[in-house]
Amino acid sequence: MFDYNHALILAFMLFTLGTAGVLLRRSALVVFMSIELMLNAVNLVLVVFSRLRGDLDGQVICFFIMAVAAAEAAVGLAIIIAFFKRKKHVDLDRASLLRS
Amino acid sequence: MDLYPLILAFPLIGLLINAVLGRRLGVRGSGAVASVAVLLSFVGAIQAFIKVRHLVALGDGEARLVVRLWEWIHVGGFSADLSLLFDPLSVVMILVVTGVGFLIHVYSIGYMSHDRDYARFFVYLNLFMLAMLLLVLGDNYLVLFVGWEGVGLCSYLLIGFWYDRMFTTKMSNAAAGKKAFIVNRVGDFGFLLALFLIFTNFHSLNFDTVFAAAAHHPAATGVMTAIGLLLLLGATGKSAQLPLFVWLPDAMAGPTPVSALIHAATMVTAGVYMVARSHILYALTPDVLTVVAWVGGLTAIFAATIACTQNDIKKVLAYSTVSQLGYMFLGLGCAAFGGGVFHVVTHAFFKALLFLGAGSVIHAMSDEQDIRRMGGLRHKLPLTFATFLIATLAIAGLPGFSGFFSKDEILAAAFSRQPALWGLGVVTAGLTSFYMFRLMFLTFFGKSRVEPERAAKLKESPPVMTVPLLILALLSIVGGLIGLPPVLGRHLLGGFLAPVFEGLHHIEGFGHAEHLSASKEWLLMGISTVAALGGFLLAWTRVHKVGDKEGLFAKSRNGFYRLLEDKYRVDEVYDLLIVRPLSKLARFCWRVVDELVIDLAVNFSGLGVRLGGELMRLFQNGRIQSYAFFMVLGLVMLLIRVLVQQG
Repeated sequence: MFDYNHALILAFMLFTLGTAGVLLRRSALVVFMSIELMLNAVNLVLVVFSRLRGDLDGQVICFFIMAVAAAEAAVGLAIIIAFFKRKKHVDLDRASLLRS
Repeated sequence: MDLYPLILAFPLIGLLINAVLGRRLGVRGSGAVASVAVLLSFVGAIQAFIKVRHLVALGDGEARLVVRLWEWIHVGGFSADLSLLFDPLSVVMILVVTGVGFLIHVYSIGYMSHDRDYARFFVYLNLFMLAMLLLVLGDNYLVLFVGWEGVGLCSYLLIGFWYDRMFTTKMSNAAAGKKAFIVNRVGDFGFLLALFLIFTNFHSLNFDTVFAAAAHHPAATGVMTAIGLLLLLGATGKSAQLPLFVWLPDAMAGPTPVSALIHAATMVTAGVYMVARSHILYALTPDVLTVVAWVGGLTAIFAATIACTQNDIKKVLAYSTVSQLGYMFLGLGCAAFGGGVFHVVTHAFFKALLFLGAGSVIHAMSDEQDIRRMGGLRHKLPLTFATFLIATLAIAGLPGFSGFFSKDEILAAAFSRQPALWGLGVVTAGLTSFYMFRLMFLTFFGKSRVEPERAAKLKESPPVMTVPLLILALLSIVGGLIGLPPVLGRHLLGGFLAPVFEGLHHIEGFGHAEHLSASKEWLLMGISTVAALGGFLLAWTRVHKVGDKEGLFAKSRNGFYRLLEDKYRVDEVYDLLIVRPLSKLARFCWRVVDELVIDLAVNFSGLGVRLGGELMRLFQNGRIQSYAFFMVLGLVMLLIRVLVQQG
C-alpha cells in the first residue's frame, strides 16, 4: 500500500531543506545545489499527484522540469565559473556588486 | 487677370521665400522678392479700386466686392468667415498701405544694404503687409482683430529688430519693443471686451449684421456707450492717443523704414480705420463721439508741444505723428469720418516722406540722429533736402499742399461742431509749422555742426532710396487734390466714400453735414494759413536767426520748457503709478507666493518621496539571498492566507 502522505511529507522536507540551503549558505555552488533539491521536491509532488489523479499530465510536466533544470544547470554553472575566474571566490555575501 | 482676391497671398509667398532662401538671395534679391510681392498686392488693390469705383458710379447703394475665402469658425450660433470686404473705405486703405508700403520696401533695399540681417527684415515687413491687409479687408471684427494683433506683433519684432543695441542710455531696443507691445495690450484688452459686448448684444461680429442690428434695435444706452469707449480704448492703444501714446516715441528704436511704414503711415492709422468702420456705433452714441473728438484734440496739442523741444530727428517726427493722429481722431469725433480718412491718406504720403528723408539723413550721417550735431546739410544732400522741404510744407499746411486740404476739412468740421476744438486744432497747426521748420532749419540750414569724421563720409543716398522720396514728394504735393473743399471744387474722395457712410443718414443728427457758407470757409482757410505762417516766422526768428550761437541748446531755466523737454514726464508718472506697483506685486508673487508657498509645498512633497525612497533602499541591499528571503517570506504569507481562508 503506497501512502501518499509519506511521499508528500518527504517532498515538503526536501523543499524546506532546499529553501534553507538557498537562504543560509554563502557558497554559490551550494546554493545552486539547494535549488536543484527544491526542483526535485516539486517533481516528487507532481509525480505523486499525477498518480493520485490517475492522469499523466503531472509526469509530463515533471519531464519538462528536468529538461529545463538541465539547461539551467549548464547556464548557472557557467556563470559561477565565470564569476570565480574574475573574483577568485564564489561567496554570495561579497557578490553585491550592483549596489553602489 | 484679377489679382485682388489673391492680395493676401503675395506677401505670404514673399515672406515664405525670404524666410527659406532670403540669406542666399543677397540683400538685393531678398529685397526684390519682398518688393515685388507688395507691388503685386498694389496692382490687386488698383484693380479692386477700379471695380469699386465703377460700382460707386453706378450708384445702386451696395458699392462693394466680397471675396469669401473660407468659413473659418462655426460654433453653435457663432460663425466667422475669412472673407475680404472691398468697399470704398477698405480700398482707400489698401491703396495707401500697399502703395506707400511698396515705396518703403524699395527704399529699404538701400537702407538695409549694410545690415547682415536683411532677410529677417524683409520677412517681417512682408508679414506686416499681410497682417495689415487682413486688418483692413476683414469683413468682421474677429478677422480685424487677428490683423490688429498681427501688426502689433510685427511692430514689436521690428522695434526690437536691432535687439543687441541700446535705444537710449537707459533703455535697450528690446525693452522699447516690449513697451510698445505691453502698452498695446492695454488697448487690446479694451478692444476684446468691446467685441464680447458686441457679440452678446448683437449675436454676430460681422460688420453688416452688427451695424444693421445696432441701427434698428440698439442695445441699452449704457452698453452702447461701453462698446464705444472700449473700442476707443483699443484705438488709443494702436493709434498712440492719450493716454496710451507713450509707446510710439520709443518705437523709433526700430530701423527708419519701419518707423515710416508702421509707426507713421499705416499701422498707427488702424485705430482711425476701426473707428471709421464702426461709425454707426459711434453715431448712435454722440457722447462717445464727443469723447473721441476731445481725445484727438488734446492729443494733437499735447504731442505738438512736446515735439517743439525734442532734439532727436526721429523723436520730433514721432511726436508729430502722435499729434497728426490726434487730428484724425478730432475729425472722426466731429463726425467727419471721410475727413479723418482723408487725413490718413495725405498723412501717409508726407509723414512717410519725412521719415524716409530722416532715414536718408541718418544713413548719410552714419547713424547720427541728434539734430544738434547736424546743420547745413542742404548742400550735401540736395535731393533729400528738397523732398524733406516739400513734406514740411505739406505737414505745416501751406496752401496748395496735401496737408492743407485734409487738415482744413477736419478744422471746418470741428468749427461747426465744437468751436473750442477748432481752437485747439488751429493752435496745433501753428505749433506743427513751428516744430517742423525748427527741425528743417537745424538740420539743413545754418553752419554745419557735423563731427569731422562723419562729415567726411557725407554723401547723398543712392537712387534706390531717393526715387521713392521723389514719388512721395509728388504725392505730398498733389495728394490734396482728391479732397478739395466745396468752395474750390469737387471732393473726389468724399464722393467715393459716400456709400460707406450712407447708413449715417438714417441716424438722427447725422443726416447731412451742414455746409459752411463760402465766406466762412475762406475765413477758416485764411486763419489756418496764418497759423502756419506764424509758426514758420517763429521758427525763423527763434531758431534760424539765433543760428548755432551759444544759448540755442543751452539748458533752459524756464520750468515749462524743461517740462516739455521731459515730455511732460508722462513716462515717469506711469512708471510711478503703474509700472512700479506692478513690479512690486510681481516681486511679491515671486518672493512670497512662489518661493515661500509654492516652492515649500513642492519641496516638502519631494522630501516625502525621498525619505520613502531611503526607507525602501534598505531592502535593496544587492544580496541575492536577502531577495530570496523576501520572496520566500511572501510565498509563505500567501500560503498562510490561503490556508486561513479555506479555514
